[in-house]
Amino acid sequence: MASEQFLADYLPILVFLVIAAGLSCLMIVASLIVGKQRPDKEKLSAYECGFDAFDDARSKFDVRFYLVSILFIIFDLEIAFLFPWAVALKEIGAFGFWSMMAFLGVLTVGFIYEWKKGALEWE
Amino acid sequence: MMPVFSWASLSPALPELFLVMLGMVMVLAGLSQSEGAARSLCRVAIGGFALALMMLLGVNWDSAPVMNGMFVMDHFAGFMKLLILLGLMAAVALSVRYLEQEEIDRFEYPILIVFAGLGMMLMVSAHNLLAMYVGLELQSLSLYVLAAFRRNHSKSSEAGMKYFVLGALASGMLLFGASLVYGYTGALGFDAISHALAGGKAGAGLVIGLVFLLVGLAFKVSAVPFHMWTPDVYEGAPTSVTALFAIVPKIAAMGLLMRLLTEPFGSIMPEWQQVVWVLSLASMAVGAFAGLVQNNIKRLLAYSSIGNMGYALVGVAAGTASGMGAVILYLAIYMIMAAGTFGIVLSMRRGGRAYEDIEDLSGLSRTNPLMAWTLAFLMFSMSGIPPLAGFFGKLFIFQAAIASQFYVLAVLGVLCSVVAAYYYLRVIKVMFFDDPLDALDSDLGFSLRAVVFLSIAFVLFFIFSPDTLVETSRNAAAALFAG
Amino acid sequence: MIQVAAFYLFASVLTACALAVICARNPVHSVLFLIACFFSAAGLFVLLGAEFIALILVIVYVGAVAVLFLFVVMMLDISFQDLRRGAMQYVPLGLGIGLVLLVELFTLYRAWPERTPVITAESTAIENTEALGRIIYTDYLFAFQVSGLILFVAMIGAIVLTHRCRPDVRRQKVAEQNRRKPSDVLEIKKVSSGSGA
Repeated sequence: MASEQFLADYLPILVFLVIAAGLSCLMIVASLIVGKQRPDKEKLSAYECGFDAFDDARSKFDVRFYLVSILFIIFDLEIAFLFPWAVALKEIGAFGFWSMMAFLGVLTVGFIYEWKKGALEWE
Repeated sequence: MMPVFSWASLSPALPELFLVMLGMVMVLAGLSQSEGAARSLCRVAIGGFALALMMLLGVNWDSAPVMNGMFVMDHFAGFMKLLILLGLMAAVALSVRYLEQEEIDRFEYPILIVFAGLGMMLMVSAHNLLAMYVGLELQSLSLYVLAAFRRNHSKSSEAGMKYFVLGALASGMLLFGASLVYGYTGALGFDAISHALAGGKAGAGLVIGLVFLLVGLAFKVSAVPFHMWTPDVYEGAPTSVTALFAIVPKIAAMGLLMRLLTEPFGSIMPEWQQVVWVLSLASMAVGAFAGLVQNNIKRLLAYSSIGNMGYALVGVAAGTASGMGAVILYLAIYMIMAAGTFGIVLSMRRGGRAYEDIEDLSGLSRTNPLMAWTLAFLMFSMSGIPPLAGFFGKLFIFQAAIASQFYVLAVLGVLCSVVAAYYYLRVIKVMFFDDPLDALDSDLGFSLRAVVFLSIAFVLFFIFSPDTLVETSRNAAAALFAG
Repeated sequence: MIQVAAFYLFASVLTACALAVICARNPVHSVLFLIACFFSAAGLFVLLGAEFIALILVIVYVGAVAVLFLFVVMMLDISFQDLRRGAMQYVPLGLGIGLVLLVELFTLYRAWPERTPVITAESTAIENTEALGRIIYTDYLFAFQVSGLILFVAMIGAIVLTHRCRPDVRRQKVAEQNRRKPSDVLEIKKVSSGSGA
C-alpha cells in the first residue's frame, strides 16, 4: 500500500465515486418502487417510428468504424507517452527532448501515410 | 545529473538504424508513386537489405552491450543477422512476380517485410527481456498483417486471424513468464539475471517463469505442442508470404531462444533441458507422422518445418557450444533449402492460376525435367540423404546430442527422419512416375530463377567446402558461452 | 482502515465484473462489465501508488480499447445464443484448467522468497509519473523507440487490412475548388434584348 498522504489526495475521488454510484442506484431503485409499472407487449417492443421492428437491432457495422477507433488507440497511446515526458523534461534535458522528437517523427510519417491514403476521410 | 547521449553507442546498431530509415523513406516513396510502386519498392527493399548486409559486415562483431545493455552485437548476433538478411532478400526476390500475378501488389508489402526483418534483427541482438519483447512484437505484428495480406480471400484472412490470436496468446505467456523472472531475480537484463542465478539453485517460481518464456517462444518456432497454427497459416497465407514464414522468422525466434537459454539461464541448464527435450521429440514426431497424410504442398512444408524445428531443438537440448553451433548450421542449411523449395512451389502455375497440391506436380519430370530434378535434389536434401547439404545439418545435430549423452533423443530423431523421408520421397515419386499433366507456365522471372539456382547450387556443392560455414557457426555459438 | 476497505471494494467489484464479462448473455453487456473491470483495476493501481498506470488504464483502456471492443462486437453478425449452445460440455475441462492454474499460483506463493521487499512508489521520494519520465526516454530509449515503430506498423497494418478506396464516392477536393477561377467555368455573353440566349 502506498503512503497515507498519497492516498489522502485521492480520497475526494473515492468519495465522489461512492456518491455517484449511490445516487444512481438510489434513483433506479426509487423509480422501480415508486413508479407505476404496467408493461404490455406494445410498450416493451422497440419503437421504430411507428412501424413494427424490421429485424434485430444489432446489424453489422461498417469496418470503417473499426479503422477509426484503432487509429484513435494508436494516437491515444502516443499521447500517453507524452505525460511522463512533459513532467520529467527538466531532468532529462536535451537527450530526452530529442528522444521524444524521434518517436514523434516516426509517428508523423505514419500520420502522413494515413492522410495520403485517405484513411482519415469518412467518404 | 542530465543523461548524456552519444552517437558512438549507436554504432553497433548501424544496419538496424539504416533499415528504420529505409522503411520510412519507402513509405513516403510509395505514397508519392501510384503505378508499379510495389515492384520498384521490392527492388528497393532487396537493395536496402544488401546495403544493410554490407554495413553489418562493417560493424564490430565484438562490441559490448549498448543502449543501457539492451542491445548486443556479438558474433552470434552478427551471423544470425547475416542469415536473416540473406533470407529476407530471397523472400522478397521470390515474391516480386507473384504479387503481380495474384494482384496483391500493394506497396506496403515490402515495407512490412522491412519492419519484420528489423524486428528479427532486434530479436537476435536482444540482451534484456524488455528488448526481447519489443523486437518480437515488431516482427510478429508485421507478419500477422502479411499473413492476411490477400484480404479479399477468406483463407488468407483466416490465416491472419489464427496467427494473430495464437501469436497474441503466446506473447501473453511470454510476458507472464518475463514478469515472473523479473519478480524472482529483480532484473530484466540478461547479464543481471545470470548474475542473480549464479551459484544458487533456482526456486520453483523462477522455473515456472522460465517455462512460460519457453512456451511463448515455442509458439513462435512452432514446436509441438504449440504448432497448431502452422499448417493453417502456411496454407492460407499468400504463397510468397508462406515462403517468407518458412525461410526467416524461425531463424530469429530460434536465435532468441538460444541466447535466452544460454546467457541468462545458462546456470540452470538442467531445468530447461528437459522441457526442450520434450518439445524437440514431439516436434520431430508430429512433423514426421502428420506430414504423411498431407496433399497440399504448403501444408506438407508446414509439417516439414515443424519437424525441422524439432531437429534444431535437439541441438539446443544438448546445451553445449557444439550443439548450438550445429543448430546455427542447421538453420542456415534449412533456410537455403526452404528458399529453393518455395521458389518451385511459387512456380506451380498453369494458365496463370496457382496450384498447390502435390498431385499437380504429376509427371513433372517429362514436362519440365530441370525443375523436377531441382525439386528432387531439394527433397533428397531435406530428407537428409548424403552427400547433400541437408545430411550434414542433421549429422552435426545428432553428433552434438550424442556428445551430450542424449542417446534416446538422437536415436528417436533418426527414426523420425526416416519416417519423414517417406513424404519427401513421395513428392519425387509423383514427379517421376505419375502420368504427366499439362506443362507449367514457363514464365518465371529472373529473381525467382536466381534464388532457386543459388539454393540448389548450395545444396549440391556444400560438401566440397563445408569448412567456412561450419567454422563460422561454431564461432557464432562460442560467443553465447563467452560471457 | 479506509485503505483496506477500498481495497476490498475494488477487488470484489473487479472479480464480480470479471465473472459477469464471461457470463453475460449479451456481448454488449460483457463489454460494459469489462469497462467496470478496468475502472476497478485502476482503483487498485491507485491504492498501490501507481497513479500513472491507473490513469493510463482509464484513458487508454476505458476510453479507446473498450470502444474498439464495442465496435468489434457490433461488427460481428453472429448469434451468440447459438454459439453458447453446448458450451456446458466444456465446463469440466475449464474447471480442470482453472484448478491447475490455482495449484500453480499456490506453488508460486509458497516459493516466493520472504525477504524480497515489495517495491512500491513509497521507496522513492519523487512522484511516479516523473519517476517513469526520468527513465523511459533515456535509460529505456531502445524499448521506447521500438515501441514507436510498433505503433507505426500497427497504423500501416490497420490501413492495409481494412481501408478500401471507394472510387464511386464523390469527395470534396478543396485545392481544386480553390484553384477554380470564374473564367474557367463562367462565360459572360451579351444578349441583346428580345433575341434570347
